[in-house]
Amino acid sequence: MGMFVVKRVLLMIPTLLAISLVAFLVITLPPGDYIDRLVLEASLDGDYITAAEAEGLRKIYGLDKSVLAQYFDWVWKMVVHGDLGRSFSYELPVEELIWDRLGMTTLLSICSMVFIWTVAIPVGIFSAVRKYSLGDYVATFLGFIGLAVPNFLLALVLMYVSFRYFGQNVGGLFSPDYVNAPWSFARVGDLMAHIWIPMIVLGTAGTASVIRTIRANLLDELHRPYVVTARAKGMPEHWVLTKYPVRHALNPFVSSLNELFVQIVSGSTIVSIVLGLQTTGPLLFDALRQEDMYLAAALIMFLSFLTVIGTLFSDILLAWLDPRIRRQFNNGGL
Amino acid sequence: MSATDFAGAPTSSRAYEGQWRLMWRRFRKHKLGMLGGIITLLIYLIAVFVEFLAPHDPNDFSVRNTYAPPQSIHWLLETKDGKVFQPHVLGYRSKIDYNSGRRTFVEDPRRVVKLGFFVKGKPYNLFGFIPAERRLFGPVKKRDRMFLLGADRLGRDVLSRTIHGTRVSMTIGLVGVALSLVLGVLIGGLSGYFGGWVDTVTQRVVEFLQSLPSIPLWIGLAAAIPPDTPPLQTYLLITVILSIIGWTGLARVVRGKFISLKSEDFVKAARLDGCSVPRVLVGHMVPSFISHIIAVVTLAIPGMIVAETSLSFLGIGLRQPVVSWGVLLQEAQNIRSIANAPWLFWPGVMVVIAVLALNFFGDGLRDAADPYSK
Repeated sequence: MGMFVVKRVLLMIPTLLAISLVAFLVITLPPGDYIDRLVLEASLDGDYITAAEAEGLRKIYGLDKSVLAQYFDWVWKMVVHGDLGRSFSYELPVEELIWDRLGMTTLLSICSMVFIWTVAIPVGIFSAVRKYSLGDYVATFLGFIGLAVPNFLLALVLMYVSFRYFGQNVGGLFSPDYVNAPWSFARVGDLMAHIWIPMIVLGTAGTASVIRTIRANLLDELHRPYVVTARAKGMPEHWVLTKYPVRHALNPFVSSLNELFVQIVSGSTIVSIVLGLQTTGPLLFDALRQEDMYLAAALIMFLSFLTVIGTLFSDILLAWLDPRIRRQFNNGGL
Repeated sequence: MSATDFAGAPTSSRAYEGQWRLMWRRFRKHKLGMLGGIITLLIYLIAVFVEFLAPHDPNDFSVRNTYAPPQSIHWLLETKDGKVFQPHVLGYRSKIDYNSGRRTFVEDPRRVVKLGFFVKGKPYNLFGFIPAERRLFGPVKKRDRMFLLGADRLGRDVLSRTIHGTRVSMTIGLVGVALSLVLGVLIGGLSGYFGGWVDTVTQRVVEFLQSLPSIPLWIGLAAAIPPDTPPLQTYLLITVILSIIGWTGLARVVRGKFISLKSEDFVKAARLDGCSVPRVLVGHMVPSFISHIIAVVTLAIPGMIVAETSLSFLGIGLRQPVVSWGVLLQEAQNIRSIANAPWLFWPGVMVVIAVLALNFFGDGLRDAADPYSK
């Protein structure tokens, strides 16, 4: 098992490098750069920056080199000094801007995962055991709605409902008093009071698909001879269920955990922008619009790192649950 | 199938039904799939005939009707000779409340807007080149306006705009999926057919792309489209961006099918008979999994539609004057406008209906795609 983890972590290094390259290339795609924006903004204010001054600025920011040279500079500084570059628009080092936001994104994603598990697993088991009951139909119906409503639309509708009928604005992760306050128990409490709306918005689609998977898998297992045997032995019904068929039914669910996590991290970007959360989403969005390249590249890169690490955890979990995967991997089969 | 079917009259077509007929039989039994299929078909029909179906031009604005609420159709009209059947809506008398800066609308019983079928409206070009002016349903007098689903910030008709948005939103899904399909079948097929290092490399690339969070990447790529790009080019670029990640899922499915088919007896037989590689591929392997691919493709369309809608909603996908559901939902972006005009959600309702219908349709197709199981 230790061997498996070490090998799996080593395999991640090329992936991380590839991610950093992709993130950097995506950011350098737009025609023009931050200096062009400065020139434009200055001309809008009735001021002007001469071409020579612009070139000087480019030199200071290192934007006069080729894209690949800029990339290698960036990676080198990152690996050696832990320096992610400077945000042009905030005039601060990128690392000062992103850690809080990344932490919030991680927290929100994990909360949504936990929400999905606690709702979807029991409901999925219920729908399978009480097939075609009223509860099953309700769950199936809500599941389809959850699948079909895009995240941002659900966020909008929830905002509308709470504004219209409860007279409160649900945006943000904190009340205004706590946005910039230092961490305290009161601030954590405030966060908990706000985080549930984005958590539900992000969790619905996942919940719907997990309910469907578990229901389908469990239905396949429920009539197997081993279940009949267990029941014939006189085992209590809940024990029969949880001890055998549910375990089987959870296996495909565990192997698709990483896809779920990628979806949540990805979806949180749009939900955060709509709800104005203090996560990476709005920061990334603004950075892209202002061509604040180092900030945007760092955000895209770390969001991808987050999903890759999520995949690592789910692979380790799967290998721990299923010895066959471990063996296949160690034999170089995977 | 029992033996008597074969022993029975050879003229009976039952034993000889082809793959597609068998699929159709199975699909007909899938009620939700049928329903989804019918609704999908209807939506695509709307997308084809938008100009004829929309009561107004989507860009006709009227300042007097800013955020006018939906009107309801009255069927009977009071005249001197008693009540006559004449569908109509009542025009609005609007007042501006200068304290809140909002308009209030009251139906004015004297301002009757008569409605009819096949009325003459603003001239348009059907499919872009057939000049016409008849519209399916609308005000009889050319200058009258009706707002069955209300009006937006500029007093444009939400119903007409939602209908017009159907074309862009529904086709962007099709074009995006077509592009992903070409990439997916090509790469997945090569990977599955040749195996070895080709397979290893493509599998690593697919895994890599699938482990990335797609929306931040899409936002990054879409932000790279300059705002002054012409609408058609933006449309194509958006489909390309969506397919960059979209092909991976299809490639996986195609590869899986290829690998499982490669060891089937009929493929081996074809190869041993000396068939060329293209002939084995196109003549023998493709027909046996094409139905499955169609189902997978149908299930991929809703994802594309949602992605386009999300990007346009954020203002980095399609932009005005293009009318798509996402562009329309941009109007509903801030809490003030949706609190005052909840009817701006209508394009969102259409998104949900389209996504549901395509999902049911695709589920039905997937179940029917393998007519030989059970």
